[in-house]
Amino acid sequence: MNTFTDSLVNGVDLSIDFAGIKAPNPFWLASAPPTDKAYNVVRAYEAGWGGVVWKTLGEDPAAVNVSSRYSAHFGKNREVLGFNNIELITDRSLEINLREITQVKQDWPDRALIVSIMVPCEEASWKHILPLVEATGADGIELNLGCPHGMPERGMGAAVGQNPDLIEQVTRWCKQYYSKPVIVKLTPNITDIRAPAQAALRGGADAVSLINTINSITSLDLDNMVAKPTVGHQSTHGGYCGSAVKPIALNMVAEIARDTPTRNLPISGIGGVSNWRDAAEFVALGAGSVQVCTAAMLHGFRIVEEMKDGLSRWMAEKGYRSIEEFSGKAVTNTTDWKHLDMNFKTIAHIDQDKCIQCGRCYIACEDTSHQSIAQLVETSGAKRYEVIEEECVGCNLCQITCPVENCISMVPQETGRPYMSWEQDPRNPFRKAS
Amino acid sequence: MTDNLNHLPRVGDTGISEQVLADNFRDLHPPLTERQAIIESQRCLYCYDAPCIEACPSDIDIPRFIRQIGEGNINGAAHTILEQNILGGSCARVCPTEILCEQSCVRNHDAECQPVLIGLLQRHATDHMHFDQHPFARAADSGRHVAVVGAGPAGLACAHRLAMHGHRVTIYEAEAKPGGLNEYGIARYKMTDDFARKEVEFLLEIGGIELRYGQCLGDNLSLAQLHADHDGVFLGLGLGTSRKLGLTGEDAPGLAPATEYIKELRQASDLTQLPLARRCVVIGAGNTAIDMATQMARLGADEVTLVYRRGIDAMSATGHEQEIAKANGVRMLTWARPLQVLLNDQRRVVGMRFEKTQEQDGRLAGTGETFEVAADAVFKAIGQTFANDSLSDPLAAELERTGDKIQVDEHFRTSLPNVYAGGDCIASGQDLTVQAVQHGKLAAHAIHQDLLAKQEAA
Repeated sequence: MNTFTDSLVNGVDLSIDFAGIKAPNPFWLASAPPTDKAYNVVRAYEAGWGGVVWKTLGEDPAAVNVSSRYSAHFGKNREVLGFNNIELITDRSLEINLREITQVKQDWPDRALIVSIMVPCEEASWKHILPLVEATGADGIELNLGCPHGMPERGMGAAVGQNPDLIEQVTRWCKQYYSKPVIVKLTPNITDIRAPAQAALRGGADAVSLINTINSITSLDLDNMVAKPTVGHQSTHGGYCGSAVKPIALNMVAEIARDTPTRNLPISGIGGVSNWRDAAEFVALGAGSVQVCTAAMLHGFRIVEEMKDGLSRWMAEKGYRSIEEFSGKAVTNTTDWKHLDMNFKTIAHIDQDKCIQCGRCYIACEDTSHQSIAQLVETSGAKRYEVIEEECVGCNLCQITCPVENCISMVPQETGRPYMSWEQDPRNPFRKAS
Repeated sequence: MTDNLNHLPRVGDTGISEQVLADNFRDLHPPLTERQAIIESQRCLYCYDAPCIEACPSDIDIPRFIRQIGEGNINGAAHTILEQNILGGSCARVCPTEILCEQSCVRNHDAECQPVLIGLLQRHATDHMHFDQHPFARAADSGRHVAVVGAGPAGLACAHRLAMHGHRVTIYEAEAKPGGLNEYGIARYKMTDDFARKEVEFLLEIGGIELRYGQCLGDNLSLAQLHADHDGVFLGLGLGTSRKLGLTGEDAPGLAPATEYIKELRQASDLTQLPLARRCVVIGAGNTAIDMATQMARLGADEVTLVYRRGIDAMSATGHEQEIAKANGVRMLTWARPLQVLLNDQRRVVGMRFEKTQEQDGRLAGTGETFEVAADAVFKAIGQTFANDSLSDPLAAELERTGDKIQVDEHFRTSLPNVYAGGDCIASGQDLTVQAVQHGKLAAHAIHQDLLAKQEAA
């Protein structure tokens, strides 16, 4: 039952029980600069965040950071499409962090507080730190096996996360020396996300969280021939996050959610969650909570209000009474290409009342696709664009490039033919005999 | 010039401060900041077969230059503009974009809020371009020499394009400065500072163009001589004379052509010394009438009335221009025509008597009902025509005309061999800077092609 005082938003209960960690809502702040110290975390709780993953703790002496740490991939209007950082784990001592965590958890007992940890890949290191973390009263730990910059050069972070055997080993130590839920945070800088997820499961992980940041160089200073962020006259690759990575993260979450061994493994979705809709998408593909960083770094903690409000209104409209009720609902509809219906046919339709005659659909289709849109010039000189239905393959390109919402729609066609996968398709030279 | 306004008080006599005056004649449409330009550039949908290009009389590839602005390539954007319209800077200021490119922008559609501000973006590119050397190269000297009469937009555009083709050009200009209406005829708040002069300086950087001032066709210049001395002649004449009302008192103190007052206003270094008509009547319905009325209002007039013999819909000034006038307190009286100049015993203008009009069977007719409007000065802005003598020499007199305008073919060739014409002086001229530029540019191409053809034939 709901034990939270503020988990009801617009009449919808947003509370979650994620692998045994309870929170009043699924919106957590990811382990990152915004969760580096008590001051920030308290502000986040005050703003309404359901949980926080404390910025990664390590062994003393604490890490030392460089000056100039972030860079961005900007859109044309200076909107931040993607964000990149070269910060290391916490640069404060273990003792200070542990003390603050203990105090914050005492003061905010109903909010999720998870501690991110990264220590060398040796049993003694984990055996040493885990009891200290357990003593704080925090609700669980998250293993930072994904940091792509700086730490791998020291044999930690992604250097571990890219090796399934090491993931399994470290997870096992954690389960051995720590009694509360263990979340393994996965790096996307691998070829197949299922292997590390399975390794975490074998090691006894209670959950996985993903994605950590992606190796990146966002942009260059072309005058000085150096990438950004610039440290002196040099730069280094960083970790990419922000809305640009959402599609990559969604796919990796879905891969794990629909992989037989890990299908019941709780997933905390991370990667470009910027609004309630992004969060709903992660949940629909199997996430039980979402973690946010870049959006908060760009706009402050207040954004969680809009997220909770939007998500709860949408849930109410759809009749979902809890996060759990729609978690994973889109997983079964996400499949391998070979299972897609070869007999399905959709074609574009242009709403002439909405069309503003910009010609973008025409030139996109004519130059780069299937020459399926005709440009007609009326006697008045006005242009008219019409789909040549027999040529249209239903690729969606025209709909995507059209600047007017709902002007071009894709209309499924009644073919009268039943479902047929590629495996059943007579055009498939490797078709299985049935 | 406007000697017959000398009896009027001066603008400064009202006590209007120089600061207020300066503010009143600042840019009507302030330029975009860099940030605004970037944001506005993103609104362009980069249409294919873009309607704005079709609407531009000078064929500027508008989506391209806007995309270049969006990509931070200001010089590239400016080059895209200038390669079609070397006076792109002044056109960005004076074009009635609301009836040209911006009117055809697909973002006029109901759901799209408003058109892209193409004029202001064009101004941004041309204001901020920075070239170490003139962006257009002059071809190797052709050995040909072309005369251009008139250093207005048509003549300047023609000269520049001829220079690009390697021809030597001499421009003969009647006034003491180049630029034509850009220098003398545009409302002061539409083109501020000495932009017209700077633009001409930029244009001349291409080299091979000589400018001679005080050279007036029909006075100290004859078409026959130009024709004999050059391989081709381009006539880019302005319409220097204002049409007459045809009423008694036409020359009385207090009655003046609007163009002459505007010219004086544009050239004035001290606006407080201009004659002020506290009660002012402007007769006409074009942009000149609007410019006159609005500027007099901004100089401090108490009462400005614009009178037109037909209805609002028939006014040649665009709706946008009419709005500017109204916003400056100009009163618009329609369906009234001038009947009598009212003079006092010193034979100075004190007002105008008008007769109300109406349309009867498609023709304008007086209703017999009259009324008077008191005025310290009356400005006529009822159209321009050639100065009497400009086409009077024996060869010029042979030019075939349509109405009083010079007749040309689709390549801007007149009825005389090797003589071309464009801009306001030809039949299709519409009093648009951008169109004059296009005429000059296309005429230069025709001249070049004709010279090449002759060379091959020889």
